[in-house]
Amino acid sequence: MHYLPAQAPLKDFIHHNTLHGFQHLHFHAGIHRASRLFGYKVLLSIGEYRALYAAGKISTASLQRVLDTKLPRAAHREWMDHLLHRQYDEGTKQRVGRLRAHWKSDHGIDMDALVHPLLFRVLCSYLDQGIASWEFPISNAGFLASMRALERNSFSSFFRSKRVQQLFMNPELEIGTVLSMLLGADSRHYMEYVFDQQFAHPGWSGMVAAVETQPDTLLDTKQISLKEIILFELLLELDVVERHLGARFRPLLNDVAPLAPALFDPCPEDEMASALGIWQDAFEWTYYDQVIKAIQNPDSEAEKQELSFQALFCIDDRSCSLRRYLEQVAPDCSTYGTPGFFGVAFFYQPDGGKFRNKLCPAPVTPQHLIKELGSHAKRIKEPHLSKHSHSLARGMLFTQTVGFLSAFRLLENLARPRLSPAAASSFQQMDKSAYLTVEHQPGAEREHGLKVGFEVEEMVDRVEAVLRSIGLVEGFAGIVYVVGHGASSANNPHYAAYDCGACSGRPGSVNARVFCHMANHPSVRAGLAQRGIVIPDATQFLGGLHDTTRDEIQFFDEAAILPTNLQAHSGNLDAFKHALELNAKERSRRLELVNTHRPASKVHADIKLRSVSIFEPRPELNHATNALCIVGRRALSRQLFLDRRSFLNSYDYRHDPTGKYLLGILQAVAPVCGGINLEYFFSRVDNQKLGAGSKLPHNVMGLFGVANGTDGDLRPGLPEQMIEVHDPVRLLVVVEHFPDIVLDVIQRNAATYEWFAHEWVHLVVKDPERGTIWRFSGGKMMAYTPTETVVNSIHDLNPLVEASQDNISVHIIR
Amino acid sequence: MEILLHSILIVAVLGFVLSLVLPRRAEHLISLNANISVGLHLSGLVAMIALWFIQGLPQVDIKEFVLYSTEGYEYYIAFHFDEISAVYAVVGSFLTLLVTLYSRVYLHRERGFKRFFNTIQFFFIGYNLIIFAGNLETLIIGWEVLGISSFLLIAFYRDRYLPVRNAVKVYSIYRLGDIGLILAMWMIHHLFHENIMFNALADVDKVNEHLETHSWVGVSISLLLLLAAMVKSAQLPFSAWLPRAMEGPTPSSAIFYGSLSVHLGVFLLMRTFPFWEHQLSVRIVIGMVGLLTSLVASGIARVQSSVKSQIAYASVAQIGIIFVEVALGLKWLALLHFAGNAFLRTYQLLVSPSVVSYLIREQFYNFQPRPTTVEDSFPKRIQYSLYLLCLKEWNLDTAMHQIYRAPIKKFGRYLRFLSPVAMLGLGLPLYGMGLALRLYEVHLPAVVQPILAPFFAAIALMVVVRAYVERKQSMYAWWLVVSAHFWLALAVSFNERFDVRHVFVYLLGVALSSMVGFVCLRMLSRDRGAISLDQYQGYSYSYPRLSTVFLLACLGVTGFPITPTFIGEDLIFSHIHEDQIPLAAITALTLIIDGLAVVRIFAKVFNGPQVHGDHATAYKSS
Repeated sequence: MHYLPAQAPLKDFIHHNTLHGFQHLHFHAGIHRASRLFGYKVLLSIGEYRALYAAGKISTASLQRVLDTKLPRAAHREWMDHLLHRQYDEGTKQRVGRLRAHWKSDHGIDMDALVHPLLFRVLCSYLDQGIASWEFPISNAGFLASMRALERNSFSSFFRSKRVQQLFMNPELEIGTVLSMLLGADSRHYMEYVFDQQFAHPGWSGMVAAVETQPDTLLDTKQISLKEIILFELLLELDVVERHLGARFRPLLNDVAPLAPALFDPCPEDEMASALGIWQDAFEWTYYDQVIKAIQNPDSEAEKQELSFQALFCIDDRSCSLRRYLEQVAPDCSTYGTPGFFGVAFFYQPDGGKFRNKLCPAPVTPQHLIKELGSHAKRIKEPHLSKHSHSLARGMLFTQTVGFLSAFRLLENLARPRLSPAAASSFQQMDKSAYLTVEHQPGAEREHGLKVGFEVEEMVDRVEAVLRSIGLVEGFAGIVYVVGHGASSANNPHYAAYDCGACSGRPGSVNARVFCHMANHPSVRAGLAQRGIVIPDATQFLGGLHDTTRDEIQFFDEAAILPTNLQAHSGNLDAFKHALELNAKERSRRLELVNTHRPASKVHADIKLRSVSIFEPRPELNHATNALCIVGRRALSRQLFLDRRSFLNSYDYRHDPTGKYLLGILQAVAPVCGGINLEYFFSRVDNQKLGAGSKLPHNVMGLFGVANGTDGDLRPGLPEQMIEVHDPVRLLVVVEHFPDIVLDVIQRNAATYEWFAHEWVHLVVKDPERGTIWRFSGGKMMAYTPTETVVNSIHDLNPLVEASQDNISVHIIR
Repeated sequence: MEILLHSILIVAVLGFVLSLVLPRRAEHLISLNANISVGLHLSGLVAMIALWFIQGLPQVDIKEFVLYSTEGYEYYIAFHFDEISAVYAVVGSFLTLLVTLYSRVYLHRERGFKRFFNTIQFFFIGYNLIIFAGNLETLIIGWEVLGISSFLLIAFYRDRYLPVRNAVKVYSIYRLGDIGLILAMWMIHHLFHENIMFNALADVDKVNEHLETHSWVGVSISLLLLLAAMVKSAQLPFSAWLPRAMEGPTPSSAIFYGSLSVHLGVFLLMRTFPFWEHQLSVRIVIGMVGLLTSLVASGIARVQSSVKSQIAYASVAQIGIIFVEVALGLKWLALLHFAGNAFLRTYQLLVSPSVVSYLIREQFYNFQPRPTTVEDSFPKRIQYSLYLLCLKEWNLDTAMHQIYRAPIKKFGRYLRFLSPVAMLGLGLPLYGMGLALRLYEVHLPAVVQPILAPFFAAIALMVVVRAYVERKQSMYAWWLVVSAHFWLALAVSFNERFDVRHVFVYLLGVALSSMVGFVCLRMLSRDRGAISLDQYQGYSYSYPRLSTVFLLACLGVTGFPITPTFIGEDLIFSHIHEDQIPLAAITALTLIIDGLAVVRIFAKVFNGPQVHGDHATAYKSS
């Protein structure tokens, strides 16, 4: 179960390390093992690296340095030759699947073709969340119990063989019993056989495992377990074997010699794996060195005194460029980055909703409930997606009415795309005019085991934690904007993957608004003042939502803006608008079908159109190209052009000498940013086995997953359209603090430490006072000097943005 | 009128030809070309229909050029235009235009962008040939084009396993329908003693005059046509291919299996309506097929938990009703129903990814645990049994395998002894003997003479079956499928006065194509060693051009209308007498399996996940 894909149903799409099962090993050892065991491609191909080298995207200096650290100098010549010219057989050799292959090779039985279609159909129907008009008749008793009830009361059966039918009806039947019938008495290979079986359809097995461990992820909850489907599948196999070989067949493994090596035996690294590892490291450090070089000369300007406004954004890499443009348009503003749930974790229940959504990072289990009251939003029905069109008589009526209408709808959609009721829009999460139950009413009853609203003391804790962690404890401007983010897309089953990862794949609007409500609360202000954070009365926090697909911002509670701030706010709105247009223009350079050379406002209009076009598989490019996470003051990155590749978490070491808040930040950065990064990484290097392939043929299964055709395995991971421009580079985390403090901080939490120690993400520390760079490697902080790289300076970004679609190297903006 | 009809056909063909020569990376040009070509087609069509209205809705028949003619035999292209063609043309052209417009952005950057547009335009030619066909001979050309473009679009993702397997599956079922058409053509030819145009079918007296003496022939022809229609429109028992065909990019599934291609079975029935109009039994059968399909398919649709299969079965159920309407003679209702169903399903398929956000939202606000359905009123046992049967698609998919492909394989296993050596050792002398018998017109006893043709045809059949089960050597399988045509030619030559020209027409295309195919396989095996057929090899990834050339060779060998073999096949049938039903059956079966074996070779060698390569390969289950 550990090795199966851990992706939850589509609506809860949360990025995670695809190969999380190997994270207890060092990165290179882990991915090599994953590759040997399961046949994944885990890095680029040799040919791709050589092409990058030829194009200068891998520098000779970095390659040389990687060789230095890994090999004795005497071997360099030979290795260089191998790296550049040697032919390797790169076909994947996997261990999983060897035993089960004997059905085909020894008996001519194509087990997958005979078992999978029925198995997938049964699973999909059982777990279905509302596609079928006629639901699975029994579902309250667990998977196998329901299946048995169905079988018992039916004239038809899942199995042909009488014996298998009888076995199936025995509720005490053990997996081992069926395995012994199929394979023979020797139990040594049982486990490996089950791996063979389940890894023939990792998508379905992974989904079952995800539903088993977190049943609430399906709104219409279902009980199912991996054990149950293993047993059911074994019985289906037994049925097939009896049909082909008769009831008295000879068990499969009676004539098979023990496998050597066994599935989980060690996987010694071969030359090709080493070569690929060297190339990968060189590729990464070529890029990292540019960044390290660039942050050595931070913005020399003194910190500003008179600020027009301050704005908090999510650490998301998509905020990176927006913040840069905002600072460019409004030079006296100051921006901050912090995980987009803004330190407030809760479940959210929209007005009229029958369920609650979790709005905080996935590992957190909130104790609070925020309810939306007084929403005026209307939900419009979409007749084309009505199930009635699929029934016989009403369907006939539909063809004659809605049918002809759909011709016009399609034409209209092509000629003038607009928001349809079927699309996902980030602004739908919450009605702007509705009221949120932020404050806990004394004596109010708990709902669903959750406390409705927060008490003042709890609010103070949360606001303080956020403000201190980003170093915003003094010098407050008149308005502090708190901007969450979400995304909009039409006709896109992966819509949740585009929203805020820190809000469990949902827009951050409610969190932003809740945080502002807290920070504006007079009692909270008083509490904060007691703790040494004095926020002037003239300062107010204003929540907003940035739609990253459309590049639009909506602000909440604008009616409550103080008269003294009104004028400034309207001026700020212009700045936001302008920055959003410029941001849209920069984004558009990656999109071939948008003409980037047009004025920013025109490009922005094109960009908005994409978000509602049903024929657009790339509404935006999401986290593609992410490679970096800077934890430190804005001065480190303010003058840099990082090409939207960086997560930015504000942090001021001066307010956190012991690293208390740093720990909180790194605990979030490693799994959230590292998870996003590695999911893109692995979906990019093996889009077939670790990614979802092209999304164009995708077929929605039961509302929780996608498959290719109608009878294939589920396809977890990211579709090709999301990762095609991504360079597989591990995340480099840059922390601004003293190296010994950082070393101490990362060791405080074992799970977080694993990410850095095993190099699933890289860590570099910049000593804020001496300016020296330290690289964390092998459990120690080592002084680091980047290889000679030139970091170009630029004044006007526009020509750069318009010139190319590829990644742009780091530039210093003068 | 005629000029307009010609020009819209030419526009469609030109668009395709132009698309073939455009550079692979020129996405903009490729899609522009398709949009202009289909757009022109649509405007030409509108103009033509306007003119047609002005002229008072005449029926238009054009006998075009003759492709081949010999004594007592004429193969010609003909066109026909009436209200049925008009409706199909407008719906088809309009939907194709919408889909090409849609795909311009949707397929952006997809590997195979050009391939997609080529295939869609190829399909469009086939569609036009069918709906404007003036005789069965023209229609069948379009029918074959459609079959191949279907295969290519289902296997669009040719580097994955399931699309390729399903493409082969669907193609083999299509093949049954094709043979229905070929046999129907054969019988019509003998019934009227010439190849006739559709307008002649409307000549009630003529039809009846011929049918009076041959009433069973009339029924057989109708049933063969029905077979072809049932296959194309996924009626029972063939329905299960339709959801399995949804493997290509969504727009191609929408246009093929949502709308245009599946309704062509209906078209065939409507086109031949005058012929079976007076055969009550046939009308009853058609109505029953439709009724049964609509009931069973809507049941299956109700339990589908994936969007595309749900739409597929719902569409099949509606087409079942259209069959009933056609059987009842309700032409206009059927046409209206066709158009509405086509539009609705195309749109539903195109927006099918939206169901996640839409239905999850609906569920979030309106969830009711287990809403009651009509089935809840059934007794529990009936309810559960029905559910289970619908879930298993009434075993339609497995049944198709068991009664169709499995027996061929089983028969093939008995022929395993026919190794290359055995084939040469036994086959060559036998063929020589046959040839000698024929050339020197040796007089054999009267008992033996009539069984010679079936005997050699049976050898042809054995040869193709052997090719179908060959698992090791692709080259051997290739020569087997080629040689089958030579056996067939020999067999039929026993029927009549030996006419070298006919055999020449027939075998010319086969010979040429076989050489091309041989060279392709040879080049491949020089690089990669012997090419086995045991599993999919996926060489199209590394050899895309070779793959295309080999595909053309395959088409040539199977008698696709790009070589004279196509006419030759029809010619061969014209030499089979109407009382030689076994010979006709064996020949038809041989051609079916020959097609299957050839497509199998192509798919196994060039499609599927590539065995050795430095790129990511897909799971077998995807």
